[in-house]
Amino acid sequence: MASTILEMRDITKTFPGVKALSNVNLSVEEGEIHAVVGENGAGKSTLMKVLSGVYPTGTYDGQIIFQGQECHFKGIHDSEHKGIVIIHQELALVPMLSIAENIFLGNEHARYGVIDWNANEARTSALLKKVGLKEDPKTLITNIGVGKQQLVEIAKALSKEVKLLILDEPTASLSEKDSQALLDLLLEFKRQGMTSILISHKLNEVNRVADKVTVIRDGRTIETLAKKDISEDRIITSMVGRSLDDRYPPREPDIGEVVFEVRNWSVYHPLHADRQVIKGIDINVRKGEVVGIAGLMGAGRTEFAMSIFGRSYGRRITGEVLLKGKPIDVSSVSRAVEHGIAYVTEDRKTYGLNLIDHIKHNITLANLGGVSRHSVIDDMRELAVANDYRKKTNIRASSVYQMTGNLSGGNQQKVVLSKWLFADPEVLILDEPTRGIDVGAKYEIYTIIARLAAEGKAIVVISSEMPELLGITDRIYVMNEGRMVGEMPAAEASQEKIMRAIVRGEGKAA
Amino acid sequence: MSTEIAPAPQGNVAEEQRPRIAVSALTTNLREYGLIIALIVIMLFFQFTTSGTLFKPVNLSNLVQQNSFIIVMALGMLLVIVSGYIDLSVGSVAGFIGALAANMMVIWQLGPLSNPLVVSIVCLIVGGLIGAAQGYWIAYHRIPSFIVTLAGMLIFRGICQALLGGGSSVGPLPDDFKMLSSGFIPDVIGPLTLIPPTVNAAGKTIMGSGLTLHMTTIVLGLIAVLAYAYFGVRTRRKRERHGYEAEPFPLFVIKTLVASALALFLVYEFASYRGLPVVLLVMGVLISLFVFVTKRMTIGRRIYAMGGNAKAAQLSGINTERLTLMVFINMGVLSALGGLIIAARLGQAVPAAGLGSELDVIAAVFIGGASAMGGVGQVIGAVVGGFIMGVMNNGMSIMGVNVDWQQVVKGLVLLGAVIFDVYNKNKA
Repeated sequence: MASTILEMRDITKTFPGVKALSNVNLSVEEGEIHAVVGENGAGKSTLMKVLSGVYPTGTYDGQIIFQGQECHFKGIHDSEHKGIVIIHQELALVPMLSIAENIFLGNEHARYGVIDWNANEARTSALLKKVGLKEDPKTLITNIGVGKQQLVEIAKALSKEVKLLILDEPTASLSEKDSQALLDLLLEFKRQGMTSILISHKLNEVNRVADKVTVIRDGRTIETLAKKDISEDRIITSMVGRSLDDRYPPREPDIGEVVFEVRNWSVYHPLHADRQVIKGIDINVRKGEVVGIAGLMGAGRTEFAMSIFGRSYGRRITGEVLLKGKPIDVSSVSRAVEHGIAYVTEDRKTYGLNLIDHIKHNITLANLGGVSRHSVIDDMRELAVANDYRKKTNIRASSVYQMTGNLSGGNQQKVVLSKWLFADPEVLILDEPTRGIDVGAKYEIYTIIARLAAEGKAIVVISSEMPELLGITDRIYVMNEGRMVGEMPAAEASQEKIMRAIVRGEGKAA
Repeated sequence: MSTEIAPAPQGNVAEEQRPRIAVSALTTNLREYGLIIALIVIMLFFQFTTSGTLFKPVNLSNLVQQNSFIIVMALGMLLVIVSGYIDLSVGSVAGFIGALAANMMVIWQLGPLSNPLVVSIVCLIVGGLIGAAQGYWIAYHRIPSFIVTLAGMLIFRGICQALLGGGSSVGPLPDDFKMLSSGFIPDVIGPLTLIPPTVNAAGKTIMGSGLTLHMTTIVLGLIAVLAYAYFGVRTRRKRERHGYEAEPFPLFVIKTLVASALALFLVYEFASYRGLPVVLLVMGVLISLFVFVTKRMTIGRRIYAMGGNAKAAQLSGINTERLTLMVFINMGVLSALGGLIIAARLGQAVPAAGLGSELDVIAAVFIGGASAMGGVGQVIGAVVGGFIMGVMNNGMSIMGVNVDWQQVVKGLVLLGAVIFDVYNKNKA
């Protein structure tokens, strides 16, 4: 067996209030494909950012030894210089530049600032041949599909004399066929002696190409499996194996008749007209029930929710939305709100809050009619409402006149929640309600959800954190690649069961 | 990411808040106070350098009449900029409307339609349609407002010149129409002579001697000041009754007294000349209306929300497309009013009317503290910004500063005001 090319020893990385990595060890041998797997938020990407110098030396504890030398990367330039190249999940290509321009961006063949286009294009052609992409180097990035863009990223990595190639969820946005081609390419590189790290949670892919698998959970290395030990069951157990303690408030569900129903819901991508994002989904939610939608990133959960909420996502939307058995019109956000539907976005900074305005104005925005008469806002009533919700949801701020941009993530989330609670919906769709907030604030959000359910609201929680769904919901739908691939009562559900439904759903889609 | 503060017992929190709110009331309003103080300092500076000419009643009337169209258009521009857009066409639209009005009243012989009042109403409607035409592309097709209104700037300047038949001007306009800019409100109460004018040996009165007050102006001014104080006290009472701290009492008293004293001083100045200019009355009504709309009405709140985060506003059920369209219709109507005011002041329509005024209007809004990113800006700020520009124009002209250098100074003031803003924001 070949020698060890990379060793990361006892890597610990803390962010204010959160320990993202604690004593993580990773050892990669030369010429292997090493998969790193774990749930969303387990710390995979953080680990790779430490390795590639995005988090410079000194901001973490531990050692990085690459090709026998201890490395102290001050930035991404240092690691690339050593031959460590990372390809991020979100591609970093400039859409309006050509393939050749992108590949050599910042690294052009040039003399005195004058670019030698012939040299660039000749080198690009050679690189494109290596990755098996048949495109003219002059083609603009915007004119080729995501799969091909991924190959351009790899060609760009190859142009930098790469010794260790890191791919972060490379197939997340690729079709089945493109994914297969990409995995074949990885195997081909391996034959040529290149080492790669593959970050993925698609276990069938890992199973297919990886020589070793390291499982990370809650910022810790759980185990490293050798080829002969790799099986999906083993990985799943390792990925989710933790006990559920009382991180969730107790509640006694009082579930009534069906309040909210979506039938045969289909949505197409807003830009790629022929790409169907949501494929005939049916769901229902009962009074006082908390329903979870599980799935991996990119499963289409947010797209599903936003397309229901006033067609805020997608085109060619078909299907029916029923409230208490009657079809309702949700073709604009204001109509959806009027019918008592609220959607709390997963991205509170981009879609949820006016960060340059204070808490009071943010809370009343979705229901200005509730604090005004004849379109004139009653300042006192607005202030009373804002203070009331600040107390109810326990927003910690000096006053309701504090800018929401200066609040912590948890408190921002409470402001967004307050906004929608004040709109008094019957159906509340919460998209990743606890993303990026600390454990204490999470508990408070769970408490609010439990209280709303007890008040008889119908609640949908979209979450990538499976323990959270198991802890707070009554029933769980599992979604994958735009389809509902499973439904189970939370009492009977387990992380293994959900994972299995996703993995099997993936097989079905192929 | 900041760590969360541990929850404190409720009682303590409320007590701790009191002094903090007092301080924050002062700091949050510092920008507004600072701006007004800046205006006063600039006025005193020119009062001194022009040896007292600036505050002469006749000059104050001139100042208002010369700059009112900038302030009227700045009201619309404030909403445009708060929404996150820009409108470069306002000067050209004003010029075009002036030409249209002059043609309707002087050239086209429209019979009863040539009546100044009818013409004015038609022109305001046309302005609204122009705003709608531009706003449509911006709101529903997402064409950048910079480009749409740059096109509008060229188009309407061209039409303006074509309507005037090349380089000529159309006039004279009827006296009734000119009242809009150069008229004064009638003295229905009758003048009060405090000091009779001096009569010289030839039996003629000496201009500017004696003191006669325009009583209607005085009465209107007193009513306005009393109303301002009354509503201020009422709002305070209401806040206190609901158990919320208002701004500290001494601060409130000082603010009210200073504002009232300033207002009364200006009222006295106007009363001792020919009374309140009509255009100042129009402006005052519009300013009050826009303060009310932006501070108290739901549509105002929605405009700020849209400018602060359009996506979040949309997902809160706000129809951002329609709102954008309305903001531009409003801008069109106010540009038309600006055009009418310019034409009325000049007594004729000229091809260069309003030329370059879009830049003065935009500068007024930014000096007034609006953010180029949208979501931030106050009506009063834009008005004071407009007056700062106007006082500088007027003062420097009296001082005999060359027009070229006037532009340099105005540019520096704009830059300085915005740097001051950004610096303050970063420090906070």
